[in-house]
Amino acid sequence: MVEKALKKFYVFLIFVFLYAPIIILIIFSFNNSKTLSKWDGFTFKWYLELFKDDEIMKSLYYTIVIACLSSVISTLIGIFAALSIHNMKGFKKKIILNINYLPVLNPDIVTAISFMTLFKFMSMNFGFMTMLLSHIAFNVPYVVLSILPKLKHMNKYLEEAAMDLGATPLYALRKVIIPEIMPGIITGGLLAFTLSIDDFVISFFNTGNGVTNLSITVYSMARRGIKPELNALSTIMFSTVLILLLLINKRNSKEDGGGLM
Amino acid sequence: MSKIVRKFVFVAVIVFVTLVGVSCKKDDKAVLNVYNWGDYIDPDTIDEFEKEFNIDVNYDTFSTNEDMYVKIKSGGGNYDVLFPSDYMIEKMIKEDMLLELDMNNIPNYKNIDDKFKNLDFDPKNEYSVPYMWGTLGIIYNKKFVNEKIDSWNALWDEKYKGQILMLFSQRDSLTAAFRRLGYSINTKNPEELLKAKDELIKQKPLVYAYVGDEVKDLMIGEEANLAIVWSGDAAYMIKENNNLEYVVPKEGSNLWFDNVVIPKGSKHKKEAEEFINFLCRGDIAAKNAEYIGYSSPNKEGVKLLPKDIQNDKVAYPDEETINNCEIFTDLGDFVKEYDRIWTEIIGD
Amino acid sequence: MFTIIPLLLILLFSFTSGDIQNITELKFTLTNYKRFFDPVYIKILLKSINLALRSTVICLILGYPIALIISRENIKKRNAMILLFVLPMWMNFLLRTYAWRAILGKNGFINYIIQMLGFSSANLIYNDGAVILGMIYNFLPFMVLPIYSVLIKIDNNLIEAAEDLGANKFKTFLGVTFPLSVPGIMSGVTMVFMPAVSTFVISRLLGGGQYMLIGNLIEQQFLWVGDWNFGSAISIIMMLIILLSMGLTAVFDKNKDKEGGSLW
Repeated sequence: MVEKALKKFYVFLIFVFLYAPIIILIIFSFNNSKTLSKWDGFTFKWYLELFKDDEIMKSLYYTIVIACLSSVISTLIGIFAALSIHNMKGFKKKIILNINYLPVLNPDIVTAISFMTLFKFMSMNFGFMTMLLSHIAFNVPYVVLSILPKLKHMNKYLEEAAMDLGATPLYALRKVIIPEIMPGIITGGLLAFTLSIDDFVISFFNTGNGVTNLSITVYSMARRGIKPELNALSTIMFSTVLILLLLINKRNSKEDGGGLM
Repeated sequence: MSKIVRKFVFVAVIVFVTLVGVSCKKDDKAVLNVYNWGDYIDPDTIDEFEKEFNIDVNYDTFSTNEDMYVKIKSGGGNYDVLFPSDYMIEKMIKEDMLLELDMNNIPNYKNIDDKFKNLDFDPKNEYSVPYMWGTLGIIYNKKFVNEKIDSWNALWDEKYKGQILMLFSQRDSLTAAFRRLGYSINTKNPEELLKAKDELIKQKPLVYAYVGDEVKDLMIGEEANLAIVWSGDAAYMIKENNNLEYVVPKEGSNLWFDNVVIPKGSKHKKEAEEFINFLCRGDIAAKNAEYIGYSSPNKEGVKLLPKDIQNDKVAYPDEETINNCEIFTDLGDFVKEYDRIWTEIIGD
Repeated sequence: MFTIIPLLLILLFSFTSGDIQNITELKFTLTNYKRFFDPVYIKILLKSINLALRSTVICLILGYPIALIISRENIKKRNAMILLFVLPMWMNFLLRTYAWRAILGKNGFINYIIQMLGFSSANLIYNDGAVILGMIYNFLPFMVLPIYSVLIKIDNNLIEAAEDLGANKFKTFLGVTFPLSVPGIMSGVTMVFMPAVSTFVISRLLGGGQYMLIGNLIEQQFLWVGDWNFGSAISIIMMLIILLSMGLTAVFDKNKDKEGGSLW
């Protein structure tokens, strides 16, 4: 009994820790003053300003589009990459593995500038494509990092067994392997989405005219002070996702097995 | 097989549609690509410009001169209008990155106050037109600081231990040390640099923190009592907390300018010059000055500002103060030495 | 291979000097590497590693229990919990770090409460603790997610078997659960340590500039100074250090080769 209570308390603490700044952001999105230092009265004005602000809306659009696209694409690529790496043997495997992890090991500014130089070399026009490509490129290693442990864990005879029972390799892939590593895939996808939505350095150096994301907009306000509209935006984004989550979970509780998988 | 293929096709379609959607925007209208600091223009003026001239404006933002420089230098982005600071303009001129302005297309240039023309970084204003300017100085909280501050030495005063904020910006913090010692803020003398380094290291125990724009929140919230800030920020802070006072130290300080330029490679020079001319209109300059809160170099614009802002010594200091200040020059390769010194100061 | 070419470029830069824009003018030199072996920079390197290490370890200590607890819940609850766990990460990083300043500052939220209770305000910001807290805050989900995804796939039969054979909960954990989760731990540690070592925003906002970390140094080289060569050299050195340390841990892991870490 005590153990259960302790566990609950610990989880509670951690979540308080995680959400504390979010709560602050939400509270201050209603603050009449621009500064985080004093409370000047309750107001909705930042929410109204937000919708009038073209720049922020544009950043929001690109941020979400790129995050969704890059996480989906990099997850797909990551699955195949992980599968092929898993099936390699020995020395070759080690080398490819380590090369794969190098972007993870690099500080992001180095990755950013190296991509930028690469794109310039290839005379690509900077813009949506370059930003998307760079996001995919840095997401894939993380996806692979999430999927590989699951592959290792998986019983290697599972695939053989399926095929012995008459499945084609692709069928085995679809019906046996993928479900086995599904947690890794979901984790990888989540990770990719999270990294993409918040990325500044790589996006900044690899984007072009008219294409910007939220992080770039926020960072560029560093000299002048963060506009409270951003707090309002964060609050809206946060509540939207929260509500979506609750809705999904509620819907799934009607089916058996429930949850997201 | 089909499931995966289906996923791929689905994704490909989304990508295609998005790409088409995004690139379809700028078809028949003329276009202008602007690259500016974040939150550094009144959005209404952009709308006005678009309507008046029937030009579509793509507006992107950057956070520091150096970020902008790397992007432009590496060809990452075709911009028609940029807003660099003084020393960066000097650097870009040296590296042949800017287009010469055709002043015949910018008649409103006459609205710029003469004392802000023909400055050292662009002697004949061939490449740039002033947009905003200001000074660097000390802001302090009258409630807790019982004397009138007028010197950089206040930042080295033992009695303010733990109450001082310095800027996490190499040249700005070094300016304080240089002027305290009587050196030029653009000095390339290694000995002077070392002495400045020693001063800043000596000062470290007294400093609460090295900060960026949080300096505003910290001073307004009275978490510190003295700080180095720019005049534009000072005006804002004083409005939020009138215990605060700003002073440009008597030893002299830094005068800064953000000017408008057209980078080489711009394909819309005509539209760019129209934009610059537009910004120099008195009413537009006044609008921007009021929105941003910094000082405008446009004398017609200043005339349109509320009287109390015009007479505010913080935003519009007198001639004597201005003449006592230096503008940053491009340090060229010597910036490596500054960086090394700064690293030693902070990393100590 | 998209990932290789940029890296080769960085490698190239690190061994050369001269104007980046004219690739043909680069001269081969080792001066960039030599410059690094200056006491100032070495001190910075050590400090960065020190902070990153402490953050990673605390992340592990805090994160593992959470991963464990969540993984034990039923499927519906734990999916919700994991998503809730990751959700804060979708809010802008800079904004969240600013918010921490509002919480930890001298007149911030925590001190407000402390002062109401009658104590004098605590120095919660602009020190080691604040920077580590910031790092943990930002990187905890990266530690928890990999461990969690490994834990939920641990065959419950194994655990039951161990308990049937007489092991108590603790022993089961040590002997069965923990070893099986090592791949997840390895992933987590990698994903936390590296960004922790190279971050510069957290140290600047929460450390009050008292910290010059490797991340700041590299950023400065690339942006302020324009010395991409030196910046590249520092990055390569960093990578080598990381690879070396990963290699060392892999040596210890040798016998677990099949189930071993996902890096080697």
